[in-house]
Parts: sequence; C-alpha cells; structure tokens
Amino acid sequence: MSAPTYDLGTLHGGLRLPANKSVSTRQPIINAPLPSQLVLPITQHVGDPAQPIIGIGERVLKGQLIAEMTGSLGAPVHASSSGKVIAIEPRPVSRRNGDNAPCIIIECDGKDEAIQAADAMPNFTEISPSSLLRAILQGGIVGLGGAVFPTAQKLMQARTCDIDQLLLNGVECESYISCDDMLMRERAGQVISGAQILMHALEIDKCLIAIESDKPEAIRALGGVLGEMDDSRITLKQVPTIYPSGGEDQLVQLVTNREVPSGGLPSDVGCLVQNVGTAAAIHDWIIDNQPLIARITTITGDGVANPINVRARIGTTIEDVITLAGGYTDRARQLIIGGPMTGKSVTTDRVPLVKSTNCILVSSETPSAEPEMPCIRCGDCASVCPVQLLPQQLFWYACADNEIKLREFGLIDCIECGCCDLVCPSHIPLTVNFRVAKGRIRELADEKARAVRARQRFEARNDRLEREKSERECELRNQKDLAKKAGPSAIAEILKRKQQKNEDDS
Amino acid sequence: MEFEHREAPFLSPQVSVSSLMLQVLAALIPAAMAHVWYFGPGFILNLLVAAVFAATGEALMLSLRSRKPASGLTDYSALVTAALLAFALPSLTPWWVTATGALFAVVVAKHLYGGLGFNMFNPAMAGYVVILVAFPMHLNLWVAPSMGDLDYQHLSILETLTFTLTGSLPDGVLFDAVSRATPLDVMKSGLNNARTVAEIRAAPIMGSFGGRGWEWIGNFTAIGGFWLLAKKVIRWHIPVGVGLGLLFPATIMYMIEPGSAASPGFHLFGGATILCAFFIATDPVSAATSPKGRLIYGLGIGFLIYCIRRWGSYADGVAFAVLLMNIAVPTIDYLTRPHIIGHNKNSGSGESDV
Repeated sequence: MSAPTYDLGTLHGGLRLPANKSVSTRQPIINAPLPSQLVLPITQHVGDPAQPIIGIGERVLKGQLIAEMTGSLGAPVHASSSGKVIAIEPRPVSRRNGDNAPCIIIECDGKDEAIQAADAMPNFTEISPSSLLRAILQGGIVGLGGAVFPTAQKLMQARTCDIDQLLLNGVECESYISCDDMLMRERAGQVISGAQILMHALEIDKCLIAIESDKPEAIRALGGVLGEMDDSRITLKQVPTIYPSGGEDQLVQLVTNREVPSGGLPSDVGCLVQNVGTAAAIHDWIIDNQPLIARITTITGDGVANPINVRARIGTTIEDVITLAGGYTDRARQLIIGGPMTGKSVTTDRVPLVKSTNCILVSSETPSAEPEMPCIRCGDCASVCPVQLLPQQLFWYACADNEIKLREFGLIDCIECGCCDLVCPSHIPLTVNFRVAKGRIRELADEKARAVRARQRFEARNDRLEREKSERECELRNQKDLAKKAGPSAIAEILKRKQQKNEDDS
Repeated sequence: MEFEHREAPFLSPQVSVSSLMLQVLAALIPAAMAHVWYFGPGFILNLLVAAVFAATGEALMLSLRSRKPASGLTDYSALVTAALLAFALPSLTPWWVTATGALFAVVVAKHLYGGLGFNMFNPAMAGYVVILVAFPMHLNLWVAPSMGDLDYQHLSILETLTFTLTGSLPDGVLFDAVSRATPLDVMKSGLNNARTVAEIRAAPIMGSFGGRGWEWIGNFTAIGGFWLLAKKVIRWHIPVGVGLGLLFPATIMYMIEPGSAASPGFHLFGGATILCAFFIATDPVSAATSPKGRLIYGLGIGFLIYCIRRWGSYADGVAFAVLLMNIAVPTIDYLTRPHIIGHNKNSGSGESDV
C-alpha cells in the first residue's frame, strides 16, 4: 500500500536537508538496560513544575506517581523503575542549559517491580470522552515531538473548538532523527490504536497520518495495520521531504491547506496535531496501563561509533545510553539534544534523557571558520522562510532594536527553524539574533505593562488626592454658605465674639 | 564527558559571499574573452587598472573605517565592481579615466554609504556615470570591432598600453582611424539627422540584430548569465524584468513607427542590455529583495533604458536606468512585502495580533 500524495497544500520555502537517517535505522530499536540511577526532573513539560509527593528514602515502584501535577497546566511524573528515592535536588538538565533544575533521584534496585495496576481501559469506547481525557491527564503524557505540551490539556482546549480532524505527525523533518520512523515501523499497531483513542476523546471521525516520502518502511507498516483493522476513518498521507514540514503549523498548512492564524493554534482552523509517539504513549497508558516512563530516542552523529535507536527509561542519563551506541568517537565535539537545526547544545552528558529527548546527536561539526559578513540583501533567507518573513529586514530592525518594525515584519511569527541561517552567504546567525530580539520584545512588553500599572497607580493616587481636596473645598464652601445664609447680623455677632475672645486673652 | 556550547542551528551554510562573487567573476570570463577578441587587449589593461584602483580604494577605506582590509578584500566584491566597470569602458581608455571611475565607485558609492551591503547605488554604475560626465570624449569612441572584412587599423598590445598610460596614439595614427562610434551612437545620431532605421542599419558596423561584434559579446555574456541562473547565484526575476521592460516598449514603438524606432532585437543586443540584465542589475545589494519586487525593479530598468535610448541625449541608458531604479528600491521593497503566513490577507501583512 502506498500513501496518497494528492490534495496537498503548499509550504513556502523550506530546505532539503541531508537526511543522515539511514545510519541509525539499520538495526531494530534496542531496549536500553536499567540504569543504576534515574534522574527525573519535575519539569519535563510546558507549564508548572510537578510537586514531588514521595519522601527521601521511600521505596517506589515502576509506574508509581512520584510528582503530581500542580496548577492548570502541567503533567505528573512517574517512577521509571522500582528503587529507593535517594535525593530530591537540583541536577544539570538539558532543557535549561547550564542551569540545574530540581530532580528526583531514584537508586534502582534492578527488580523493575511494577505498581499494582489501576484499571486499564481496553474498551475505551465505552467510556465517556471526558473521563478518557481525565485518564490521559493521569498518564503524564506530553507531546513527544519535542514541544512537550501536556497532551490532556491540549485535547481539552481542542474540545472547546470546532475540531474536524486529527493530524498525526509522522513527519520527522530534521536531519539525523529517526525515532518516529522506527516507532512507526515497529509499533504501527500502537500508533493506530492511539489515534483511535484520540478520535474517541475528541469525538471526531477523521484522522490523517502524515508521513514523509522518505519513510517507505513506515508507510508500509502503518498501511498494513490499517488494512487489517479496516478503519476507514484513518488515512495515510505522504508529504514531501522538506524541512520544516513537520512543524505543527507547517504540517497543517501542507496537509489541509489551512493557515494557522498568527498567535493562534491549529485548533483555530479545526485541526489537532499530535506526534505519532504521543499516540503510541496514549495507547500504552490507556490500553496497557503504562504511564510515560520510557521513550524511543535516536543516538546518532559521527561522534558515536554505532548510531542506533534505543527505547530507554525516562531519567536514564545520556552518559549511560551513549555506551549502547558504541561510545564516543574521537570526533565527538558537540552534544546536541534534538536535531541539528533546532536542538539544544549541552555541555555535559550527565543530563538525563527526558520526555522531550527525541535525539541525542553527537556531532563533529565545529563552528564555521567563515567570518560573519554584512548582509548583501541577496534575499535567499526570504525565499526559504516557511512563514514568508523577510529575515534580512528583521535582522536590520533587530540590530536597530526597532520594536515597532520588528512587530510589523512579524518577528513573533518566526518559528526559529534555522532555514535562513543555512542559506546566508554572509554567515549571519539570524536565528540567534531573532531569539534575542524576541526576548527583548517580551522584556519591553513586560516593562510596558509595569509602566502602565505604575501609571495607573499614580493616576489613582492623584485622583484620590484631587477628590479629597475638592471634598475639603466643598465642605469649606458649605460652611461659608451657611454663614452667608445666616445674614450680616450673624457675621457681626461672630466677629464680635472673636474680638471679645482676643481681648480676654490679652 | 564535557562539550562545547553552541547555538542552533548546528549546520553551517554552504555558501559564502566570496564564493558568490567568484562565481560572478567566473561567469564574466566568456564575455571578457569575446571582448578581447573583438576589441583588442585594451579591455585587459582597463580591467587591471580598475582592479588595482578598486582594491586600493577598498583597502584604504576599510583601514580608515578601522576594519581589517583583508576581510573586505577577500570577499572579491571590489573586483566584481572593477570588472563591471571595465566592461563599460572603450578598450582605448587612459588610465586616469578608469582610475577615477574605480575610485569613485568604491570610495564614494560604496564605502561612504557604509560599505558592502549598505550602498544604495550600484558602485560600478555610479563610477561609470561620473566618468561619463567628466570625460565624455574618452568614453564615446570605441575601436572598431575586428571582424576581418571591416578594414580598420588595429593597435598592437604595446601601442594600446602606451595609449592607456599616456593617452596618446602612436605617431601618425589619428584617433579617427582606429575608432568608430558605437552602433547605438550611430543609431542615435542617424535618427537625429532624420535618417530612417533601415538606412542606418545598412552601415557596415551593423549586424543581424545589434552591432557586429557587439551582438556576439552579448551572446557570450548571456552564456555566463545562464550559468549564474543555473547555479542559483542569481534568480530569473531581474533578467526577465529587464528584458521585458525593454522589449515591450521597443516592440510597440517598432510596430507604430518602424522607420524611426529601432527593432526590439537591436535594443536587446545593442549596448550593455544583456550585461545589465544578468550582471549589473542583479547586484543584490542595490536591487530590490523580494521576487515580485525584483521583477518590478527589472521592468523599471528595462523601461528606463528604452526611454533614455529613444528620447534621451545619451546613446545607451543602462547606467542611468540602474541608478534611477536604485533610488526606487526602498519603496519597491516596502510595497512588495510578502504576505506573512497566518496573517489575514485582507488586513495587510503588517498587522500583528499580539
């Protein structure tokens, strides 16, 4: 079965990146052995940090809730294996570079003993969508494409909109990363099952699974499962292999020809996008009762000896999984969490693998020797920008710190895909400049908000003083009026009294 | 293990300004060879003089502006300016004329505006216009193309060199003996003298479309231009714009009054049209940036070239047309901003919701 490619929208610009994926897809997914220690950050998602609910020294079991969700946006954290909690302390993590973040440290006992399972819901169709959503919320499931937005909240938000289709994102458009490809090849059934659960939760009956054209094995695997299941609601859609077609808004545009409004969400145009890995994680939780405690990660790059995909427990340190890929080569220079276009460079491999870690790229690439030159206005950046921005103009305004023009030229719409950097003959680090400029705009906005509040306070105080003054004046006037009303004889009497008093005093 | 920290993206660009400039220079080689073939070795001397003075001016200005001269010189942009200027000059040009043009181009038109990337005007054309106005005599007389049957006296390399250095011809050789007006000049003065196009085109220097020799240089220039297009160093919008902008009025006028309007082919292959379309107007720094903007920019240049040739007092109008459209670039850029994805098309691309 081949997936159809017709009826696609268009994506402006983009790049054909060197794939570098086949090196890591030669072997099946390897299950990583249990590490001796697990490092579980309490913030592995967008939103508020989870609140640890276990004490130090306490024994925890695999799948046990160890930190619960707080606030309105967040996700719980579960123990990835059984063992003893030995510390809750700040440790280096990959999300905030250089910074430490609070983590729960578990010393594994190697028994991998699972907690007594709550009720699995293999017959999820009999459950109401809202209870299904509540169940998903308990599983600690977040968007596994890299954005780690809590899935349950995303679904709840989508249910308030007029959603007509679910889009499963199997478009792994970054170089090197192949974890979703391998997932679709080996766990196609779970992906489809996850899609069915999602459709039930959203009460919709249309799902498109978008896959890039360079993943024929994944297309075959999913096609095979779909053929067996005979679920006509789900269709596969092949999309061209162009970076960044896997970006959420870009995928919506490519597959449905709808433009996600600036500052809006795909749900504004009737779509809900979920990564295929997230769908499989939902299956694992709802059907098999396993919360999100493991994920597939690509370990690749010319800095490791034997690139592979591993399924590792969340909390395993990168140091531990690198050995599964044959360890570092002499050429290892950089450790990148994520892909080469949008990943984050970390300075140590003692950071844990977390829910968002789709790829560990060990690269030999050193910074370009070419010096940064002035922009020659060639416009190549604009021709590759998937949002149709004018990066050369934005760069100009970013240098000039011209906030008004930056807003007018859509800086906030920049998705930081990095395409413009890659085609710039002047080697200008445009994306970095835009990130900094966005930060400044946010700061300015905060500052402005503070200034507005201060002004409001000031004006309120002025108003109050003014009011008090006018009240006093009013009172005075009233007294005078009273005196006037009493007539000249009364005034004369008052004056006389005053005079009398003065004389008495002297 | 510890690692270095860097910011994404981690892939490096495969292009550089210097490689773009070198490709432009390489693409000029066929045209340069044709130029030497038809008009003698003077072109090489002009190129050398222009290159030396452009590079010197660049180094001087960079050091005055406290920049490293090496970084500016290795981008080869001064050489491209020098080469374009050399193409505009007659092969017999005294060195001080060339030097004035090269120095003005680099020092005034480029560096006084902020250097590479900031110059509003095309430096080569600005330099050319200055010497065209300052030394009109030297720029209007070209040697006759060597076509075999056109029997004019040709100077040797040594004699050309002597002329370049001193501005004087060998004893006994008169300027009129070696030089001829360009086909565009002949056309212009012929039409001014109320002769018909057909009569003018009967002159021996006229070829099938433009002037003899000239049209072949145009062909070789186009080879380089198409190569640049294939290498994606330039995009099609400006060359097509220049071509259409020139051919459209030329065709209409030719249909209305074939007696007094030269054919579209003559305009396309005459003068510097093809060089302009592929190499001069495509200078990214002084051109519009968006695809639509570049098409408009090209159309404007083509149209102005026609207007100047037909109704102006100069035989060719490339330099003036380019400089005039350079002025229009900020407006063109502003009016041709693309629609930002996610912004309502009706409310204009500038409005943001946040």
